[in-house]
Amino acid sequence: MLSTLHHPPRRLSRFFPANNKPRHFHTKPVLSSSQPVTDQSPSSTSPPESQILSIHHSLLSREVTATQLAETYLSRLKLAEPQLKSFIHVSNNVLKEAQSIDDKIKRNENVGPLAGVLVGVKDNICTVDMPSTAGSRVLENYRPPFDATAVKKVKEFDGIVVGKTNLDEFGMGSTTESSSFQVTANPWDISRVPGGSSGGSAAAVSARQCVVSLGSDTGGSVRQPASFCGVVGLKPTYGRVSRYGLIAYASSLDVIGCFGSSVADTGILLSAISGHDRLDATSSKQEVPDFTSQLISAALLESKPLKGLKVGVIRETLENGVDSGVKSTVLGAVSHLEELGCTLSEVSLPSFSLGLPAYYILASSESSSNLSRYDGVRYGNQAAAEDLNALYGDSRAKGFGSEVKMRILMGTYALSAGYYDAYYKRAQQVRTLIQKSFKTALDENDILISPAAPSAAYKIGEKKNDPLAMYSGDIMTVNVNLAGLPALVLPCGFVEGGPVGLPVGLQMIGAAFDEGKLLKVGHIFEQTLQGCRFVPPLIADGIPQ
Amino acid sequence: MASFLFRTIQSHSFLLCPTTLLRRNNGAFYCSMKSTHTQTATQEKQQPPPKIKSSPQGNQAKTRTLDRISKEYEAIIGIETHVQLSTLTKAFCTCPYNYGAQPNTSVCPICMGLPGALPVVNSKVVEFAVKLGLALNCKLSFNSKFDRKQYFYPDLPKGYQISQFDIPIATGGYLDVDLPVEYGGGHRRFGITRVHMEEDAGKLLHADDGEYSQEITFPIIYALQVDLNRAGVPLLEIVSEPDMRTGLEAAEYAAELQRLVRYLGVSNGNMQEGSLRCDVNVSIRPVGQSKFGTKVEIKNLNSFSSINRAIDFEIARQALLYSQGKADQIVQETRLWEEGSQKTVTMRKKEGLADYRYFPEPDLPEVILNKEYVDSIQSSLPELPEMKRRRYEEMGLSMQDVLFLANDINVARFFDATIGKGADVKLAANWIMGDIAAHMKNEKLTINEIKLSAAELAELIASIKGATISGKIGKEILFELMAKGGTVNGIIKEKDLVQANPSEIEKMVDKVFSENPKQLEQYRGGKTKLQGFFAGQVMKISKGKANPGLLNKILLEKLNAKS
Repeated sequence: MLSTLHHPPRRLSRFFPANNKPRHFHTKPVLSSSQPVTDQSPSSTSPPESQILSIHHSLLSREVTATQLAETYLSRLKLAEPQLKSFIHVSNNVLKEAQSIDDKIKRNENVGPLAGVLVGVKDNICTVDMPSTAGSRVLENYRPPFDATAVKKVKEFDGIVVGKTNLDEFGMGSTTESSSFQVTANPWDISRVPGGSSGGSAAAVSARQCVVSLGSDTGGSVRQPASFCGVVGLKPTYGRVSRYGLIAYASSLDVIGCFGSSVADTGILLSAISGHDRLDATSSKQEVPDFTSQLISAALLESKPLKGLKVGVIRETLENGVDSGVKSTVLGAVSHLEELGCTLSEVSLPSFSLGLPAYYILASSESSSNLSRYDGVRYGNQAAAEDLNALYGDSRAKGFGSEVKMRILMGTYALSAGYYDAYYKRAQQVRTLIQKSFKTALDENDILISPAAPSAAYKIGEKKNDPLAMYSGDIMTVNVNLAGLPALVLPCGFVEGGPVGLPVGLQMIGAAFDEGKLLKVGHIFEQTLQGCRFVPPLIADGIPQ
Repeated sequence: MASFLFRTIQSHSFLLCPTTLLRRNNGAFYCSMKSTHTQTATQEKQQPPPKIKSSPQGNQAKTRTLDRISKEYEAIIGIETHVQLSTLTKAFCTCPYNYGAQPNTSVCPICMGLPGALPVVNSKVVEFAVKLGLALNCKLSFNSKFDRKQYFYPDLPKGYQISQFDIPIATGGYLDVDLPVEYGGGHRRFGITRVHMEEDAGKLLHADDGEYSQEITFPIIYALQVDLNRAGVPLLEIVSEPDMRTGLEAAEYAAELQRLVRYLGVSNGNMQEGSLRCDVNVSIRPVGQSKFGTKVEIKNLNSFSSINRAIDFEIARQALLYSQGKADQIVQETRLWEEGSQKTVTMRKKEGLADYRYFPEPDLPEVILNKEYVDSIQSSLPELPEMKRRRYEEMGLSMQDVLFLANDINVARFFDATIGKGADVKLAANWIMGDIAAHMKNEKLTINEIKLSAAELAELIASIKGATISGKIGKEILFELMAKGGTVNGIIKEKDLVQANPSEIEKMVDKVFSENPKQLEQYRGGKTKLQGFFAGQVMKISKGKANPGLLNKILLEKLNAKS
């Protein structure tokens, strides 16, 4: 029995008419769906399908035009936006770009795998024709002269950037509340946070305001909001995706990641944006496999499709401080993996608890340096001032929000003469320890699993005045950034809360550059998870609440 | 008012605004992003190195004071030198750098520090650093890294400078210097503490006078503008041990460093353009004391002679304070050398140690060298100035000649090519240091710009030595070659300048005798003064082709034979 259903959301019936009837493995091949995607209503408990493949198929079979698709998404976007506030900026060119794809198809020209796919882009990723503010007043109205490499690749594959999504200022936060412009709501319960810092990107995919989205993950900023919003979030290996054009928070930890409503979608998006980039010296030359080629359609699955896969459950992630509902949902997912044939074991990462302080020292230190360039001299908001120090001081005082200022101060302190050895250097030593302990654990296991966050989405404002409580919510994710490893978060069940229950995410951690394995396992997990459909009420009702 | 003026920092540098940049530079901008960052050729733009000028006599009184002081106090001098590398592109982006270009025309998102832009190391910078490290006899760090040095200044776009902190690429070397003969000569070895790679900052421009400035003075009474062309240009910082004791030693150290970077081809070393910048630290202590005195940094040294004079001034200033019991007035500060008044003045007092909060640059991987790479650079090193001087010395040239010839790499190359063609070493040196150097000086040309080739100089020297032409005619040919080019043999033929042989001279003498029987009779009658008359006549009909020595010898023989 799947313990994922131990805590069924109260109003589950609203989503899942077939809820009470256990279903077995699916008959429909997932990766060759011909169902038009214009219908987003979750009328059944069928497993999530790749929206990207579905769109591609529908376009090429002329069932639907890119323009029609774009209009559907745009109207849904606009309908939900007043309540969600996922977007800081919505592109004016979506229909024009959709039209040009339709023209291409009409002329029987080849179109890219992301043709007609509306992609949301976190606003700390540079886009040439749109503002890129990183959620900060200091960059209000700033328009970069170049596209981030990841955005360039999305465009090269004919993806349509629908807009720029909201975030915690410079990615610093876990709730999207520290955006200078707006607070994004969680589509499952608009009184709750969507998580952060990529809250806008997660909420937008969750509410089907776009098909997939790009986020960035420095300490969990893709995975925690994916968990809060019930979508799939992928943090690739450090160096897998170019950081060129990602407005830096902590350079040695920052990674651009993907959101999708299915594992397949995140895999397709990852394939599109991965690879070495001459413009990023830290991007890897590691070959990029086709991440989706290993995804097996549900119809072809054996009864124990993951037989022999060694899964390590990280003991420290299921101890004190983890919400009991989250714990039992994750344990349910563990049993599900066991049913799929995995060999489970418990692993211990003794240095796990050190990750949080080490992360906050390193990330703050790097950010204090990375944010030095916002001085008001060349771009961004400049304060009127009498002298140079006042120019710097006032421009930065007015431009940055309190969370950013706090981290700049912490980082400046940690790097100061006399403190460097005690803080920065020691944190680097902890980082090395963590890398080693992950290495050992992943030598013995194919993947490691843990909750994506110690709780489900909490209320807006709940942790605003308690930064330590908010920081401690990153305990599940920061270690993975310190180790530079890839991790996939996918919804695995619900806990009580909100009008219909709140999604819980399962985190799978893999060895460096082993995203393929994570996607393969995640895909099988998702296709075989029964009775759960992660479409939020806002969309299910078709009417914003 | 001030605030209005301040806005102009931005409003002018609005040129830098990304959207504006995009609009103006669309094509060029993206081209530059696409071109490869590892380019192999280097910019060739060198001017001949100036000789250090300083009057050895100078002001008598001043010299006497200095002499007295130098006996009582010892100066400790160390130099930090920044050498701008002549790579085709900047250190971390693909922008070219051309000195004197219009402001903000050689910039891109990377060197402007735009959000999201990342640095990528130009491999040529590492190569040049290794070259200089090896040439300075340093130990190389096979695993070094870049660090961020953090401070705020409007010419520093990222708010930090990418530099190297605790693991510089090269450490612990030395530089050998031969002091000029006119100052007593002597050989010195100065220690090199470290060589590290870093990027240059932009320049501040005071709008009203169009002058670049190092410092912002407040309250601002005129608008400031920022030119980021120079931002991101690669530098090597070379820190010496505090081994110099006089202004002359320091100036010679700097001159040798300039010679070295030019020999290596890593920099044009032009001090006027700021390609070679020296900051000097000077302290003094009573002779015999082991504790160092308070050190003072001197900036704005734009020539070797200003290094020399600034240091000697500073030593005298400090010594005077010492001798007056005012040693406490020597404070740790940065002083500016003022060329006009020939003194150093306080620029800023140090307010404690600046905390640059260095930490490893996370955007760049470690700099890993391997033995093969280093060996291949080592084996490709040219003959360096010190090696050249020792070789010239062994050839038997005087130290004066050696220093002159090895001073400028192009002169040295010319000399080497000339003797490579078999020319006599001493004669070649004399020609180059004499008439050729004078011609270069008069016409303001470099040795590469004159039309004379080394091969022709060798030919000319051989022609004189082989008595084909006289030295006098040789000189004429030389000037013709330098001005118009051509070959020695061509000019000899064209102008029929081959020296007359003895039998031809004999014939000419006979002819003169037969045309002037009267004078011959007088001579033989005892009026030997007339020898000059006969010599002149022979020279006249030989059209200068008769060798004067030979002519006189034959003439005398013939005059006296029949007597």
